[in-house]
Amino acid sequence: MIGPLRRWRVMRPQQRKSSYDVVIVGGGVHGLAIAYELARRGVRDVAVLEKQYIGAGGSGRNTAIIRSNYRTPEGVAFYDESVRIYEGLAVELGFNVLFSQHGHLTLAHTDAAVAGLRVRAEVNQLQGVDSVVIDRDEIRKIAPALDLSDHPRYPIHAALFHPPGGIIRHDAVVWGYARRAQEMGVHIHQGVEVTAIDLADGRIAGVQTTDGPIRAGTVVNATAGWASTIAAMAGVRLPIVTHPLQALVTEPLKPFLDPVLVSATLHVYVSQTDRGELVIGAEIDPYASYSHRSTLAFMETSAAHVLELLPSVAGVRVLRQWAGICDMTPDFSPIIGPVPDVPGFILDVGWGTYGFKAGPVAGRRVAELIATGTTPPVLAPFSIERFATGSLIGEKAAAAVSH
Amino acid sequence: MSFLIDCPLCGPRETGEYRYGGELQTRPLPDSPVSTWSAYLYERTNVAGIERAWWFHRAGCRRWFQVERDTRTNEVIRVGWTLPALTTGAGADG
Repeated sequence: MIGPLRRWRVMRPQQRKSSYDVVIVGGGVHGLAIAYELARRGVRDVAVLEKQYIGAGGSGRNTAIIRSNYRTPEGVAFYDESVRIYEGLAVELGFNVLFSQHGHLTLAHTDAAVAGLRVRAEVNQLQGVDSVVIDRDEIRKIAPALDLSDHPRYPIHAALFHPPGGIIRHDAVVWGYARRAQEMGVHIHQGVEVTAIDLADGRIAGVQTTDGPIRAGTVVNATAGWASTIAAMAGVRLPIVTHPLQALVTEPLKPFLDPVLVSATLHVYVSQTDRGELVIGAEIDPYASYSHRSTLAFMETSAAHVLELLPSVAGVRVLRQWAGICDMTPDFSPIIGPVPDVPGFILDVGWGTYGFKAGPVAGRRVAELIATGTTPPVLAPFSIERFATGSLIGEKAAAAVSH
Repeated sequence: MSFLIDCPLCGPRETGEYRYGGELQTRPLPDSPVSTWSAYLYERTNVAGIERAWWFHRAGCRRWFQVERDTRTNEVIRVGWTLPALTTGAGADG
């Protein structure tokens, strides 16, 4: 991956300064979107520090699914704003992000799951999100390849159909944000790892990096997988446990599958990319780990579950599989906002398995928070204080987790 | 299988037989302030390195035990019913 990226110069190398107003740790979609949105607001003395290359972490490892049919009003409002930004992002950034809104089907295999989908449809519709429960006949029209008979171990009873959902080219989102942010004056430094955070009188004073110290009054933790490690540098303990999440991709096939398919019962989601490959994801590995190694157990179980849904892909070969690492919070919701004990330290972390689809809205709202110094209402439910006050969110429609 | 864990009773078995029970923590005293309890309930060291954690052999002897493991590589360093505290403190305490 790194070879072609180096040859195709999305970005210009920039001379690092010794001081910035804002230093953003993590060059994924979140960090780059924050940088771009800050620049749009006129805050341009900004540096994004990425220890590998931009999009090397979760932003380049997710299964690129975009949707807003969540279960809590807080979640739906948040992700819906993100979908709307994604819809105009290619025009806004001047970079084709290949957003294909082919629809999204959440399958229910039990009566309890159908009841859950009805609740979600009601919550979604109250927020103005296009989301409706459909029966087998309607599912067949949208996804004829699905096995809708009574033969599978878990027959499909109904589905939540979410037409604005779809898939996107996740690298393009990262590159588009990076390029535009850089054009607007933001510095993006790849291969620079933060090794310590400097505090002065209890507030943020800068960071130490593998490329020397950088002074900054505001430091944003926009890492995924390393949120606890970066926060610990500022003496902050987070309610996060890091788990691997695996995915695989098959050889390309002729287009036969329009919507994204998700089955919580079978712990699998599958979509067909514009190139024809099937991208298949699962639930998180059930133990804390920072390992990026993928496992045979994942491939075996995912393949078996996909075949329950789509028997016709039995002879299809797997091209590759990989893993990313996800920062899971106890309520499957992110932690966004300032840290009361450490002025100048801003969190945009805990994005679990749902971070990519929220990148644009998190970027816009965190930038608003930094630029204005006040927390936008849409971010308020996600503050770190919610754990001390017991105001957890409980987003039970998060993907890749069993409930 | 992703890696093996050496159950103190049953010997080496694949990870899928076990349930992960989270990093070792020190339980606060009953009359501790609410803030201490909420930190105990939610905050984790979540170390990228050597971790001490509880594991449960659900498909075997159904006993809880402790595993010292490098979370970066999943290398299991040692197992025991209880492990002595780590001198570095990493992952050993909440």
